[in-house]
Amino acid sequence: MSTTSRLPWIEESSSLMTKYNFIRRINWGRLSVVAVPMLWLGIFFFIPFLVVFKISLSETAIAVPPYTSLLEWDLEEAYINLKLNLGNYLYLFEDAFYLDAYLSSIKIAAVSTFFTLLVAFPIAYLIARTESSKRGVLLALVILPFWTSFLLRVYAWMGFLKKNGIVNEFLLGIGIIDQPLTLLQTDFAVYIGIVYTYLPFMVLPLYSALEKLDITLLEAAEDLGCRPAQSFFLITLPLALPGIVAGCLLVFIPAVGEFVIPALLGGSDTLMIGRVLWDEFFLNRDWPMASAVAIVMLIVLVLPIMLIRNGQGKEESI
Amino acid sequence: MHRHTHLFKKTGLAATVSLALTAALSAQAEEKVLNVYNWSDYMNPEAITQFEKETGIKVNYDVYDSNEVLEAKLMSGGTGYDVVVPTGAFLERQVQAGIYAEINHSELTNYGNLDTAMIDKVSRHDAGNKHNVPYTWGTIGLGYNEEMIRARLGDMPVNTLDLIFKPEVAAKLADCGIALLDSPAEVMSIALNYIGLDPNSEKKSDLKQGETLLKSVRSSYKYFHSGKYISDLANGEVCVALGYNGDILQAQGRAEEAGQGVKVNYTIPKEGTLVWFDLLAIPADAPHPEAAHKFIDFILKPEISASISNYVYYAVANKAAEPLLNEDVRTNPGIYPSEAVKANLFTQNAHTAKFDRILTRSWTNVKTGR
Repeated sequence: MSTTSRLPWIEESSSLMTKYNFIRRINWGRLSVVAVPMLWLGIFFFIPFLVVFKISLSETAIAVPPYTSLLEWDLEEAYINLKLNLGNYLYLFEDAFYLDAYLSSIKIAAVSTFFTLLVAFPIAYLIARTESSKRGVLLALVILPFWTSFLLRVYAWMGFLKKNGIVNEFLLGIGIIDQPLTLLQTDFAVYIGIVYTYLPFMVLPLYSALEKLDITLLEAAEDLGCRPAQSFFLITLPLALPGIVAGCLLVFIPAVGEFVIPALLGGSDTLMIGRVLWDEFFLNRDWPMASAVAIVMLIVLVLPIMLIRNGQGKEESI
Repeated sequence: MHRHTHLFKKTGLAATVSLALTAALSAQAEEKVLNVYNWSDYMNPEAITQFEKETGIKVNYDVYDSNEVLEAKLMSGGTGYDVVVPTGAFLERQVQAGIYAEINHSELTNYGNLDTAMIDKVSRHDAGNKHNVPYTWGTIGLGYNEEMIRARLGDMPVNTLDLIFKPEVAAKLADCGIALLDSPAEVMSIALNYIGLDPNSEKKSDLKQGETLLKSVRSSYKYFHSGKYISDLANGEVCVALGYNGDILQAQGRAEEAGQGVKVNYTIPKEGTLVWFDLLAIPADAPHPEAAHKFIDFILKPEISASISNYVYYAVANKAAEPLLNEDVRTNPGIYPSEAVKANLFTQNAHTAKFDRILTRSWTNVKTGR
């Protein structure tokens, strides 16, 4: 104490200097790391979002582009007129149809997310439990389908599921059914399509969570008389929770807005918000309404998810 | 992606040309390039090669597969296209939005080859035909699988919309598959015409009647889709489809090629159906209007028009081309129907935005069974 108090200002200033250097270094480093994704998000998410939001507040017009401008000004008369049309949003809430479409999309997305989780968990668990030298190959196999166009893979499913497709031929061949089943153009086909397409997005976060799981915890549980099922629910599942949440979000969010899979595999009666948006844009030529549908979808999806993420963050910090 | 390369190359070329010849060129001269945006499989590729050879104009050729996609692009502006091919009702609305340049008819030496009766019909969409030149035309009718239909309906005549609109008949065909175009305005106008109402009616009560009709047969339909029925008819996945004549003739060809014994036919229903026109038009901001006029005039030549009709299996509105058509095209009643059948066809007009909205809703209700 006495030795350090001799030259307090030197110590202080030097520690301050290192502190400032540190901060400066961190800031520049962080900035350059964060700047690229932020710039990316800004240009490709935030600005388009603002444009869509702007269009949602305008009215349709028979013109190029087919909506009115929000701002009107006349320099000679010296006025600027800002006109915001909330009618589209009001209409969205007045008409039960849109609510139905949102709910139906959320239902389809939720069911498919659940099944994706069910299929992905054993895969991720197996990969995490294989010896590390072989994991690379298994992970590569999970990602491999991405090398083929997504559209082609969905078309391949049409080949599998159609009336004289492989699944029906096989079932007929082994005599389980005597009439071909209607598999294509059903909600069932949509679930298969989504589960298949989004599987890697679920497997990868699950794997990264399960990989970190300390195997000795399971051994300890066994020593203390825990049955495998019990230790799975008491130890493995809670520890894998961050991976489950991340995987579910990665599957659920794009699945709600999915357009291609229901269009190709689903029946004409599959009502999803992506289709409603398409109709508003192309059939009604109502760009403002289509924009409003998109904005509301974003809010419906993003707000609860941000709440979940926030809650999770707090839990982890505790 | 593809498109971008074109645009990039084009501007590059433009820059070099203007640098080299700044002084020499007059204000009107344009680079020898033409950007065509047409439906997929809707042109004889040899015609393009010949045009390039004759005029020295380089053609950049892009394709789309729906009027909606074309319209969305045109409505955003600045597409860089010189010639596009919208369908009548779409052109009608797009003209209102000021998307198209006026056609300079004095530059079209072959305009006289066109069928005046057709020009007259098209003028319903575009007064005086100021913004279009008819390209091809066709009908929406029934494509069916001969064998499957006969097995279920006996020798009942098939040139009737009863097949898809009469519940007891449609129910018999439900198991072999009925497909309808996913095109609300077109299908609804055919349904309204079937129950004796004005196909272009915008009355809410009429729409309701059409919706009721479609709902009464909805459970017999397999799906609504505007493209899938081509291959599905060809391989027996559906047995009846309400679709475009050229598409169904394409399915017929595919079925023959496959040699699985599937026989597909096309028929124009006796109740009358919709006739549509695809029209050549020049966007107002087209960078090469001169080349566009040359191209349109080239297409109007009888031998070129005939070669296109022979190739795409759609009718051309070119009187002078008719003697030059292949026998199997000229005598095919699915492509060039008799005058008596033609008299029974109606055109579908552009709807107001307000009607489009209730029509889309009504259509969604039918499709989703709400």
